[in-house]
Amino acid sequence: MQWETVIGLEIHTQLATKSKIFSGASTAYGAEPNTQACIVDLGFPGVLPVLNERAVDMALKFGVAVGAEIASRSVFARKNYFYPDLPKGYQISQFELPIVGRGSLAIDLEDGSRKVIGITRAHLEEDAGKSLHEDFHGMSGIDLNRTGTPLLEIVSEPDMRSIKEAVTYARKIHQLVVYLGICDGNMQEGSFRIDANLSIRPFGQEAFGTRTELKNINSFRFMERALNFERERQIDLIEGGGKVLQETRLYDADRDETRSMRSKEEADDYRYFPDPDLLPVEIADQRLQSVKLSMPELPDQKRRRFESAYSLSPADALMLTQSRQQADFFEKVVGNGVDAKMAASWVTVELAGALNKVGLELPQSPVTAERLGGLLRRIADNTISGKLAKQVFEAMWNGEGDADQVIEAKGLKQITDSAQIETIIDKIIADNPKQVEQFRAGKEKLLGFFVGQVMKQTQGKANPGRVNRILLGKLKG
Amino acid sequence: MHSKSIVELGAALRAGEFSSVELTRHFIQRIERLDGDLNTLITTTPEQALVEAESADQAVKAGRAGVLTGIPIVQKDIFCTRGVKTSCGSKMLDSFISPYDATVVERLRQAGVVCLGKTNMDEFAMGSSNETSFYGPVRNPWDRERVPGGSSGGSAAAVAARLAVAATGTDTGGSIRQPAALCGVTGLKPTYGRVSRFGMIAFASSLDQAGPMTRNAEDAALLLQAMAGFDPKDSTCANEAVPDYSSTLEDSLEGLKIGLPREYFDAGLDPAVATSVEAAIEVYKRLGARVIDISLPNSGLAVPTYYVVAPAECSSNLSRFDGVRFGYRCKEPKDLEDLYKRSRGEGFGAEVKRRIMIGAYVLSAGYYDAYYLKAQKTRHLISDDFKQAFERVDVIMGPTTPTTAFGLGEKMDDPVTMYLNDIYTIATNLAGLPGISLPVEPVKGLPVGLQIIGNYFTEAKILNAAHRFQQETEWHRLKPDLSKQS
Repeated sequence: MQWETVIGLEIHTQLATKSKIFSGASTAYGAEPNTQACIVDLGFPGVLPVLNERAVDMALKFGVAVGAEIASRSVFARKNYFYPDLPKGYQISQFELPIVGRGSLAIDLEDGSRKVIGITRAHLEEDAGKSLHEDFHGMSGIDLNRTGTPLLEIVSEPDMRSIKEAVTYARKIHQLVVYLGICDGNMQEGSFRIDANLSIRPFGQEAFGTRTELKNINSFRFMERALNFERERQIDLIEGGGKVLQETRLYDADRDETRSMRSKEEADDYRYFPDPDLLPVEIADQRLQSVKLSMPELPDQKRRRFESAYSLSPADALMLTQSRQQADFFEKVVGNGVDAKMAASWVTVELAGALNKVGLELPQSPVTAERLGGLLRRIADNTISGKLAKQVFEAMWNGEGDADQVIEAKGLKQITDSAQIETIIDKIIADNPKQVEQFRAGKEKLLGFFVGQVMKQTQGKANPGRVNRILLGKLKG
Repeated sequence: MHSKSIVELGAALRAGEFSSVELTRHFIQRIERLDGDLNTLITTTPEQALVEAESADQAVKAGRAGVLTGIPIVQKDIFCTRGVKTSCGSKMLDSFISPYDATVVERLRQAGVVCLGKTNMDEFAMGSSNETSFYGPVRNPWDRERVPGGSSGGSAAAVAARLAVAATGTDTGGSIRQPAALCGVTGLKPTYGRVSRFGMIAFASSLDQAGPMTRNAEDAALLLQAMAGFDPKDSTCANEAVPDYSSTLEDSLEGLKIGLPREYFDAGLDPAVATSVEAAIEVYKRLGARVIDISLPNSGLAVPTYYVVAPAECSSNLSRFDGVRFGYRCKEPKDLEDLYKRSRGEGFGAEVKRRIMIGAYVLSAGYYDAYYLKAQKTRHLISDDFKQAFERVDVIMGPTTPTTAFGLGEKMDDPVTMYLNDIYTIATNLAGLPGISLPVEPVKGLPVGLQIIGNYFTEAKILNAAHRFQQETEWHRLKPDLSKQS
C-alpha cells in the first residue's frame, strides 16, 4: 500500500530577550549551573512574576510576520505538574487565549511550487530548568539557569504531507525568527527545539491516522532521521497487522530510533487555570501599529527585491537571502559600486567557502564587506584580473591589509599598457615560429598556448582582454 | 505605656518623654512575661528590635522622625523577612530563613518601625481559629480557653494583649477582620491591589491582601499609609494614588448613606451580637448618617464560591513546597516520588492538605467547568451585588462574625461549621473590596466586631467612619485582664 505522511510541528523558540520572561535574571547561555536563577526563578515563597514586555513585542513581531490574528487580550495560565527542574510546580504558559492566533507561512517545494502551511497559534511561556542525569552517581543534578527563559511555542496545522515538507517548513520558521531578531536560532544550545506529530494514512483516505508525538529534536538532520524512522515504524506496525498507539516518543540520536515516553492513558492532567498573579495581556492598536512599522524586510520580500533590484537569478537571490546576515553583507559589498552578479558569486562561493573551511560565521569573517567590495572594484576597473583576485583575497583573509595595499605590496597591478604587452608578444612570436605556423594553418586552439606564455612572462598581470586582442591581431595578420 | 496608640506614642517619642529603646525594652519584657501562655509569636527578634530602636532614637534626635519612627510592631509570619525565619505557621517552612524582605516589611522598615517578632497564624493562612498552626494555637487574651480567630490570630491577640502597639495581617477570606473582631482590635483589609503582595507567602493569589491591625482607626490609617502603594514587583498591585488617610479621619458623617444588607442579619447571627451591632448603627444615626436597607442577594454563594476559588489557587501556589530547594525534606527518600509524597505528606498539616486536595480536584479535567469555571461566574454575581449596592449607599455595615470567640477545639472536627465563621467577610475578598472591623459593645465579656465595607479604593472613607465612631465610644479602649489565669 502507498502511505501518505501527515505531519504537524510544535516549535519552541527561545526569545532573544536579555532578561527572563518573568524576572530580571540574565538569559545568557553557558553560565555556571544555578548562577543565573534569582529568587523568582527559584520559586521562593512569596515571589511574584512580572511580565517582560520585550518578550511580548517579539511574539507580536512573529504574529505580524505570519499574518496572524493578534489577540487584543491574551491570558497566562498555569500548567501544573511536579518535576525537580520546575521550581514552582507549575509552568506559566498560555492555554485558552494565546497571544498569536491563526496565521500561515508559505514554503517553496522542490518542484518550484509553493505551499501554504497553516499556523494554529503561537503562545508565550517560560522554559523549565535542566535535569542532569549523568555525573551524579545515582542522583540527578538540577541546573535552573534556563528556568524562566522566554519561549514562543509555534504550533502548526497538520498540513505537511512529507518529511521534506516538514523540514522545509521548520527551516523556514527558523529563518524567519532569526530574521526577525527574536531568536538566535542556535539549535545546539536549545534555542530552537522541534516536537513533531506524525501519522500515516493510505493515499486517498481523508481521516487522519493515529499520531505519535516525537520530542527532543534539536537539529534539522536529526529531524529528518527521526521522522523517517517513525514513519517506517508506523508503516511496519500497520502492515504487520498492528495499531499505532497515541503516545509521546523520544528520539534518541545516538541509536537513531524513537522510543515510547508515555502513552495517552498516562498523560498528565495539567489542571490549567488562569494565573492569578498576572494580568491579562492587553494589546492596544497603537502598540501593534508600532510593531508593524518596526518590522524588518522578511526573507520572501528580500528575495523578490534582490531579483528585481539587482537583476539576480532566482537561485542567487534565494541563496543570498538564506540569512539576513548574508543578505546584509551582500548589500554592503554591492554598495561599493560593484557588479551584483560578481558580488553574489564572491559572497556565496568564495567567501562562504573560506568561512566554511575554518568553521567561522559571517560576523567573524576576517574580510569585511567593505574590503571585499574594494577587491571587486579592482576587478571591475581592470586593476587586477579575476584570477589574481583570489590571491589578493587570500592575502586579505590573512590580514595583510585591504585590496589596494595587497596589490601594491605584491606588485599585482595588471599590465594594461598595450605597447608593453606588444613588446612581450613580439618576442614570444619570434621565439616560437613552429607554433605560429601551426596556428596560421588553422590550429586555433594554440591561442591558449600563447596567452599562457604571456601570463607566464608577466606573472599573470597582463590584462587578459588586451592580450587576446593583440595576439589575435599579430597571429592572424 | 503599652496601652497607648501609635499616635500617642509617636508624639511622646518625638517629645523626648522616653526613647524607642525604652519603649522596645518594655514590650520585649511584656512578651517574655506574657507570651509563653498566649503563644502569639512564633519568632521573637529582640536584638534586632533594639538595633532598630536605637537607629529610630537617632532619627528622633536628628529631627528626621516620621509618625511611625520607633513604634514597636509585630509582623505576621507570612511576610518574608530577610535573615529571619519565615514559617507561615507550617512545619514545611520551620527551617526557612528568608533571603529577602517582602515589600510590606521593607516599607514599614523604611518608615522607621521596630519589629519585635513574627506572629503565629493558621498554617499557610488556612483557618479561622489559629488552631491549624504548626506552633500550636494562640489563646484569646479575653478568655484563654477561646480561639483568637484566624488566620491572623497571633497578630490580633498580640495587639489586644498589648504585646505590640500594632501588627500586620493578611486577609484572604476574613483573616484580618475576623480575628480583629474576636480579639477586640481594629483590623483593615484594603482593596485588592492596594498593598503589594510581593514577599507575602501566597495562599489564594486573587484574594490575598495585607493590612494593618491596630488599637484604633487612627493608627490603622498611619500604618496603611506606609504599606500601601504601587509596587512594580507585583503585577496585580494597583497603580493608583494613595490619599492621605489621616487627613479625612475627622470628616463629618452628616448624610452618610449606610447600607444594611438584610442577608447579614439572618438567622445565623447570634442575637446578642446583632444587638451590639444595631447599637453601633444607632451611634452612626446620631452622627447624622442615614440607614438604608439593602440586599446582597447572592451572599449565600460566597462561602461555596470561596471554597472552590481559594483551594484551586492554593493547590497550585503550594506546589513549590516539594522538598527540593527549601523547607522541609523527608528523611532518606527512596526516589523522586517518595521525596515528593513524604516531604509534602509530613510537612503539611491536615487543613492544608484538605484544601490542596479540594483545589486539585476542582481544577482537574472533567470537573473544571462544573467547579472552577462555575465559581468564577458566581464570583461575578457576588461582585455585581456590591456594585449595585454602592450605587445607592456610601458604605455597607454589618457584623464581622456571626458569634463571639468560640472555644478552643470546638470546631476543629467540623470544617464546614468553621468555614461559616467567615460568612460575612468572604464576599468582600471575592469582590476585592475594602473592609474594616472595629470593636463595639462586648457580649458576656467577649469582643464583638462591626464590619464596614467600602467601595473600591475608599479606605479613607471607611477609616473616617470607623474613627468617628471611636471618638464617640470607648469600646476600642477596653483591654483584657491578663492577670486572670485560665
